[in-house]
Amino acid sequence: MTRLCATNLSVRRGGRAIVDDVSCALEGGSFVAVVGANGAGKSTLLSVLAGLLAPDDGAVSLDGTLLPRLARRELARRRAYLPQSPRAEWPIAVERLVALGLTPQLPAFGGLPGRLEPLLTEALTACDLAGHRLQPATTLSGGELSRAMLARALIGDPQVVIADEPIAGLDPRHALDTVTRLQGLAGQGRLVVTALHDLTLALRFSTHLMALKAGRLAAFGPTARVLTAGLLREVFEVEARISGDGAQAYVDYLGPSGAER
Amino acid sequence: MKPARSLPGFVLPSLAAAVLLAAAVASLFFGRVNISPAELWAGIVSPHASLAGVVVTELRLPRTVLAIIVGAALGLSGAVLQGLLRNPLAEPGLLGVTNGAALGAVIAIYFGLAHVFALATPVLGLAGAMGAGALTFAFGRTSSLTLILAGAAVSSLMAAFLAMALNFAPSPYAAYEMSIWMLGSFSEKSWDHVLLAAPFIVAGMAILSSMGRAIDALTLGEAQAESLGVAVDRTRVLVLLGVGLSVGAATSVVGSVGFIGLVAPHLVRPFVGHQPSRTLLPSALLGAALLLLADIGTRVIHTNTELRLGVITSLIGAPFFFWLLLRLRKLAP
Repeated sequence: MTRLCATNLSVRRGGRAIVDDVSCALEGGSFVAVVGANGAGKSTLLSVLAGLLAPDDGAVSLDGTLLPRLARRELARRRAYLPQSPRAEWPIAVERLVALGLTPQLPAFGGLPGRLEPLLTEALTACDLAGHRLQPATTLSGGELSRAMLARALIGDPQVVIADEPIAGLDPRHALDTVTRLQGLAGQGRLVVTALHDLTLALRFSTHLMALKAGRLAAFGPTARVLTAGLLREVFEVEARISGDGAQAYVDYLGPSGAER
Repeated sequence: MKPARSLPGFVLPSLAAAVLLAAAVASLFFGRVNISPAELWAGIVSPHASLAGVVVTELRLPRTVLAIIVGAALGLSGAVLQGLLRNPLAEPGLLGVTNGAALGAVIAIYFGLAHVFALATPVLGLAGAMGAGALTFAFGRTSSLTLILAGAAVSSLMAAFLAMALNFAPSPYAAYEMSIWMLGSFSEKSWDHVLLAAPFIVAGMAILSSMGRAIDALTLGEAQAESLGVAVDRTRVLVLLGVGLSVGAATSVVGSVGFIGLVAPHLVRPFVGHQPSRTLLPSALLGAALLLLADIGTRVIHTNTELRLGVITSLIGAPFFFWLLLRLRKLAP
């Protein structure tokens, strides 16, 4: 079972703690939603968990090995990372963009080896991109591009998928589509960690919830237990009502919390 | 939706190699000394020394070889830099090494060292390029933006010293010699120049050629490239080193030659599906072919004063730049 462990993580910038003493243990098969107000430190925490940013204090380990001890390519093979609103800088074909996800598997020179071709077809099909295979990536719509980036992240079959606000800027249908795909990945035994702003989607789809307030971990645990009106008052300073359960659950915002008025 | 065009992998490099070969052959047969092709051929194949043989082996051959390696260095550097910075307007001069090389060479001319020993100009040019590259590295290694800014700062500093050298030139003739040197030329280049520049150019190009995977991954931006196992900081340093060595050596031997490094990658990009790694080899070949053609131009266009190489490449390159701007304006929203 995949296990990503963080112990006492702190990141400080300009004398201010952006991530402050965060510890957590995340396991394969979970879909972890990281929530928090703007500037709460979600992106920074995800970068640290992905091993892209060295924390000022604390450490992250993947299956017992500290991230800095893992070779770059090894880490790249085992975890995929998608930043906020990823984009393609050149109009390369979608299939080439998706194949970039195999970079850590490739030799230093040459094209995509024939033995990896089936992976490409598989990833494109899984993300409904077969019809866009040769289209320049810069001409994709927002929803298509997000699927292409997801395919890029999945093609190397990573154990851990870390995505920073994967549904930012997507319409409801594409947002649902993306979250469903991420849920499916967790269902296959992978660990999925995403920053989410849509609490209703977090409530319905995530298995675990991690709430950050000013860099500190305000709550962490199974979503159904942790996501309460009390938590939302504390973390977002809003009054909210949580109704329904399962696929019908939703979060309603009633207004700013009394303390702030 | 229109599919991204791209030719099979070998077509474009073969095509560019064919153009390069044709240009190289032409370069051996055209020149200021008017000798018929038949006579030249006889001179090349005959075992006895002849005027035609000497013209080819001692004048035109080194000149051709130099044009090929310098053009390839410029084309490859431009392609790698545009990929690294994801900026279609990036060109080798961006990092300050071109002006650094020019400053070194101009110092050699200023103090009359070029008359003391023949290779003083390129040797000091090399030193200047390395100094400028080191300065850009010291200030700009932390991010792509600081690299561009540091390159611009170093470039302007070198340009300031160049202007100062011209201002205080010991004689009008020295000032003329400096400014004409900066315009670039392959005339009066011997095997010595080739031997001096080639090791640096080859070493620099070897480093740049290995950057394909990294600049491909950078298509996704720095964060994703880093997550895919690319050491972006290290890549930036290696590219600076590769460009510094190859373009620094190239400039210190032939002077400033603009636009080849900017234009060559753009000409090949649409034909390789815009994938950065696939622009490297064709850009190098095309850069070499373009520079050879420009050099042949300086030889066959008859003018009272020699038409300098930098003048030709700029005259052809600048309109291309306008075209590029128009195209980018059309693509941008």
